[in-house]
Amino acid sequence: MSFRNRTDPELQKMQRAKRIRALKKNLTGYLFIAPNFLGFLVFILIPVVFSLIVSFSDWNLFQGLGGIRFIGFRNFAAILKDSTFIDSVKNNLLFTIGTIPVIMISALFIAVILNDKVYGKVAIRGMFFAPYISNIAAISVIWMLLYNPMHGPLNQFLRSLGISNPPQWLASTKWALPALMILTIWMTIGYNCVLYMAGLQGIPKELYESSSIDGANAFQKLWKITIPQLSPTTFFLLITNLISSFQVFGPVNIMTQGGPASSTSVISFYIYVSGMRYFKMGYAAAMAWFLMLGIFVVTLIQWHGQKKWVNYL
Amino acid sequence: MQADGILAREGHAGFHISKLIWTILMFCAGMIMIIPFLWMFATSFKIEGDVFKFPVEWFPKVWNFANYREVWLNQQPPFYVYYWNSIKIAVICVIGDLFTSSMAAYAFARLEFKGKNSLFLLYLATMMIPFQVLMVPQFILFRQLGLYNTHWALILPQLFTPLGTFLLRQYFLSIPQELSEAARVDGAGEFKIFWKVILPLAKPALASLAILAFVWRWNDYDRPLIFLTNRNLYTITLGLTNFVDEAGIQENTLIMAASTSALLPMLIIFILGQRYFVDGITAGSVKG
Repeated sequence: MSFRNRTDPELQKMQRAKRIRALKKNLTGYLFIAPNFLGFLVFILIPVVFSLIVSFSDWNLFQGLGGIRFIGFRNFAAILKDSTFIDSVKNNLLFTIGTIPVIMISALFIAVILNDKVYGKVAIRGMFFAPYISNIAAISVIWMLLYNPMHGPLNQFLRSLGISNPPQWLASTKWALPALMILTIWMTIGYNCVLYMAGLQGIPKELYESSSIDGANAFQKLWKITIPQLSPTTFFLLITNLISSFQVFGPVNIMTQGGPASSTSVISFYIYVSGMRYFKMGYAAAMAWFLMLGIFVVTLIQWHGQKKWVNYL
Repeated sequence: MQADGILAREGHAGFHISKLIWTILMFCAGMIMIIPFLWMFATSFKIEGDVFKFPVEWFPKVWNFANYREVWLNQQPPFYVYYWNSIKIAVICVIGDLFTSSMAAYAFARLEFKGKNSLFLLYLATMMIPFQVLMVPQFILFRQLGLYNTHWALILPQLFTPLGTFLLRQYFLSIPQELSEAARVDGAGEFKIFWKVILPLAKPALASLAILAFVWRWNDYDRPLIFLTNRNLYTITLGLTNFVDEAGIQENTLIMAASTSALLPMLIIFILGQRYFVDGITAGSVKG
């Protein structure tokens, strides 16, 4: 700021007016954010910090806030030795590997077909999408009956096909997790499909036209145009599918309670059991942070990896 | 040229035949998707002895409404209590969410202020936070505030959603800046511009968020499970699972009538407003 500016009353006044305008501008912004931010602060930010603190403590809820005892990293060390927790992590990984590729590949296939190869695409899309918006409790309850090993329609159907010894589904340690995976695939295909269909709408028709002139066949078009052009959608779906797969809880709690044995125990279910049934708050919080770290790392890897395969236009 | 190419392709008879074949195939695949719903619906009208008959009777010989009467009126508490709780919570959450999210989205999309970008990043980052992390602290918070086991424990945290803010921000960004500038020249304040210019233009986005938020609340399972113990306060989701836990092995028709009751409102809203669902879900995925 030069000497002249400070003494020039005209300019000083202008600068003050400018500062007030800027202040007013900031204030308007904050006022608009305020109601939302207040909730964000109280119900998200503060709880996140608090849960991190709790994760370093040994704390039974009924001892009150005074009963909190800090034990450093001992919870984290303990969960890594807890065989139920390790089973839960394994089940979560199996669940993820078994569902996401099936969901995404079949959703892509269905979306490509529905996009311009059928009549009444909105109605058919609706049929695929309906499970996704349905009440998780109702869905779990229906599938429990469908999976009934003795009389359930699914096994009766399998027997009518000549399979004399169909899986025991939720009653078997081998088949309970796959049963939950089938349910999840069924529920999530529609969501993936809707996003792929939206992505397909954004691909310029000229690309297909010119490749037709070059004599490309349908498979080449899919491989060379459709899939690369859809890569931003694929990237988004991969992240959201991973996050929701790591957090799967409802069907487990309703249908299997983690059983038989711990064959369907997943991280979020074990967190719920530890925190809300045994009131081991510190232990539950430590597992929750482990889960969050997992989500964070996977998202970060995806984020860095995306440059290699995602095309943004 | 391009249009000619497409027309030529669509005029071709082979094209129609292949389209017809794909339609039939996809329709069949779609039917497989909704078979669980059809089975539920048919079963909800059956008598207990017919539930597991095979081949499945897709159309019960007698449509037995007694199951619904039993579920809706003779349970303790009856299903209409759960319904009312769910509707109340969902409606309040949706209205609150629309209000707070649209205001925050307006600030993020159309105002300049210090710290805007870092604050927005913070919002985005927290969308990744699993509920399991928030569960323990929120549980303690509500116990301290005396809100545990009240509907407030479900309503308060869901009056504000980062996702709603994000969704509306995307839409607000697409509204031409000139409209706001013109209103500013006419001397309108920011709130007036927000209320009279931007919100009316954003109706489709608001409708999408409203319908999505309603579905999220209606289908919510984790929160009611953790924050409610008084069964008169249960939502439809929790009421249903609780009913299943208590029902005997011989009550599958009642369970299916209860499930149908829990599903039907969403399916009807979905059939009427599929476009809004789809718009809302795809808007959230656009790279911001």
